[in-house]
Amino acid sequence: MMILSGGAPRGRILTAVLVTIVVLLALAPFLFPGSKPLNVAAKVCVYALLVASYDLLIGFTGIVSFAHTMFFGIGSYGVAIALYGMGAGWLAIFVGVLAALVVAAALALAIGLFSLRVQTIFFAMVTLAVASAFAVLASQLSWLTGGEDGRTFQIPAVLRPGYKLLEQPLFGVDVNGRILAYYLLFLTVVALFLVMLRIVQSPFGRVLQAIRENPFRAEALGFRIIGHRTLANVLAALFAALAGALNALWLRYAGPDTSLSFSIMLDILVMVVIGGMGTLYGAIVGAAVFVLAQNYLQTLMGVAFGALNAAGVPFIAGFFNPDRWLLWLGALFILSVYFFPAGIVGKLRAESQP
Amino acid sequence: MSVALETRDLTIRFGGHTAVDRVSCSFRPGELVAIVGPNGAGKTTYFNLISGQLRASSGAVLLDGVDITNTSAPERARRGVGRAFQLTNLFPNLTVAENVRLAVQAAAGVHYDMLRPWTERRDLIERADAVLKDVALTAKRGHAAAALPHGDQRKLEVALMMALDPRVYMFDEPTAGMSVDEAPVVLDLIARLKRDTEKIVLLVEHKMDVVRALADRIIVLVNGACVADGAPAEVIASPIVQEAYLGMAPKGAAA
Ligand SMILES: Nc1ncnc2c1ncn2[C@@H]1O[C@H](COP(=O)(O)OP(=O)(O)O)[C@@H](O)[C@H]1O
Ligand SMILES: [Mg+2]
Repeated sequence: MMILSGGAPRGRILTAVLVTIVVLLALAPFLFPGSKPLNVAAKVCVYALLVASYDLLIGFTGIVSFAHTMFFGIGSYGVAIALYGMGAGWLAIFVGVLAALVVAAALALAIGLFSLRVQTIFFAMVTLAVASAFAVLASQLSWLTGGEDGRTFQIPAVLRPGYKLLEQPLFGVDVNGRILAYYLLFLTVVALFLVMLRIVQSPFGRVLQAIRENPFRAEALGFRIIGHRTLANVLAALFAALAGALNALWLRYAGPDTSLSFSIMLDILVMVVIGGMGTLYGAIVGAAVFVLAQNYLQTLMGVAFGALNAAGVPFIAGFFNPDRWLLWLGALFILSVYFFPAGIVGKLRAESQP
Repeated sequence: MSVALETRDLTIRFGGHTAVDRVSCSFRPGELVAIVGPNGAGKTTYFNLISGQLRASSGAVLLDGVDITNTSAPERARRGVGRAFQLTNLFPNLTVAENVRLAVQAAAGVHYDMLRPWTERRDLIERADAVLKDVALTAKRGHAAAALPHGDQRKLEVALMMALDPRVYMFDEPTAGMSVDEAPVVLDLIARLKRDTEKIVLLVEHKMDVVRALADRIIVLVNGACVADGAPAEVIASPIVQEAYLGMAPKGAAA
C-alpha cells in the first residue's frame, strides 16, 4: 500500500467498488467503444480530480468555497489561450498549464490571505463574489477568451482522432490519437489523485483535519490556522486548474459553459456530498455516479417512458418523460443524502466496521 | 534562581467588569504553583491571558524576560506555554491516538511536511503511544474523542498537553468531574512533572488536599485580584484566605 501513502480505502465493499470503477475507466476505450462512452469516461476522470481537489478544502480543512470553478476555468482558459495563440504544440500546452498554475496560485493566495481569517460563511460569500466577477471578466475580455463563444483550438497531431497509432486494430478497436489522449488524461488523473492522497495522509494533512475539527485547539497546540488554510486553498486551486486544463485539452475547447459556469460549482457540491466528504475516495464514487446519471438517466427514462406508454399507462409514463430527468436527478440526490448522510464512501466504510 | 514566567499588572476588562485585576506574579523553573479562588474569581481568564486566548487590556506577560503580551496563542504555544482547558477541548471526530499524535507533531515542530505519509514518522507515533500509556488510554486509542466518557475526555485533554511537552504547564481543574479512581492517574502525572526542575506547573484546583499535597506555593485570586501569594501553610492560614475563599468553599468541597 506504499502507493496509497497509508491511506487505503478501508472496507472490502468500498475497495471492490473503487477497483471496479478504476478498472472500467482504464479499459473504457476497449470495453465501450465509440465516442460518447469515451467522452463520459473522460468526464468521470476530470470530475473525480476536480471533486477530490474540492474535498481537500471542504472535507479535510472545513473551508466552504464557491470559487472552485474559477480555478477550473483558469486551467481551461490557460491551455486554450496558449494553444490558440501559439498553435498546436507541446510547448504551448506547457506554457498554458504553467501560466494557469501561476495565476491560480496567486489568486488563491490573495483570497486566502485576505479572507481566511474571517468566518466560514463570510469566506464563502467572498469566494462567490470573486468567482462571479471573474466569470464576467472572462466574457468581457473577448479578444483574449473568445467571450461567450469561448475558444476552440487544435491539439498536437498525435492526440487527434485522425492519428493512427497502430496499423492493426487492437481487440477490434482502432487505436488512434483520441485513445492516446484518453490514456494521457487517465494516467495524469491517477497520478494527481495519488499526490493528493499523499498530501492528506501527511503530517500537514493531519493538521488540516485538526483545524477542521477544532481551530481553537489547533492554535493552542501552536499550529498557524491562516498559514495552513491558505496553503490548502492554494493546493486545491492548483489541482482544480490542472483538472480544467485536462478538460479543455480533451474537449479542444474552453468556454463559459464548460469551464466557468456556476452550474459546474453546483455539480461539484452534489458530487462531493454523494460520494462522501473528507474521504477523497468519495470524489471517484461521486463523479462516477453523477456523470453516469447525467448522461444515461435520460436514455434510461426514455426506455421506461416508451415501455409504459406501450403498456397503456400514460399517467405513470408521464413521470418518466425524459424531459423530467433533472427532477429525478434531484430526487436521487435527496434520497442519497437521506440514506447516506456521510456519502456513499462513508456508508460503505461504516458497513465494514466490525 | 531566575524568573521564567512573569505577569506584570496583568488586567482584562469585559465591559465594565474587571475579570483579572493588576495581577503581578512570577514563576520559577521547577516550581508548582496552585491558583485557587472562588468560582468566577478569574482563574481561567488569568490562564487565557498567559496562553494568549485573550489579550490583556493592560499589563504584560513575560517569558524569560521577553514580552509576549501581544503575541498570538500559537506563537506562545511554540515558545513553550502549554494549556489544558477546563472545558474539554478536543478534536472530536479524530481518534484518541490521532488527537495525541497531533500534539506530538506540534511539539516536534512538524507543520507543513506534506511529502511523506505520517505513518513514516515512527518517532512521533512512538512518542504518542507513550503518552497514551501514561494517561491509561491505550485501550481506547481507536475510539473517536467525542465518543469517550467524560473522565476519559478529561484524561485526553491532559494528554494533549503532556504530548506537547511545553515548558509552562497550565492545568485548569484537571480532575473536575473525574471519578475517584480516575483522578490519581492525572495527579500522578502532575506529581511527576513537579520533579522536573526545568518546568513551571500552574494548577487551578479546588480540592484543598490536592493543593496541599502538590503545591510549592499558592496564589489566591478573589474578584480578579491576587490577595495572597506564598507558601501553602501560610496562605491557607491567613485570615484573608480563610474569609474570602475557604470560608465560602469549605475544605474538601469539590466544585
Ligand atoms: N469572554 C468573556 N466575556 C465576558 N466575561 C467573561 C469572559 N470570560 C470570563 N468572563 C467573566 O470573568 C469572570 C471570571 O471568570 P473565570 O476566569 O472563568 O473564573 P474562574 O475560572 O475563576 O471560575 C467571570 O465573572 C466571567 O463571567
Ligand atoms: Mg475556571
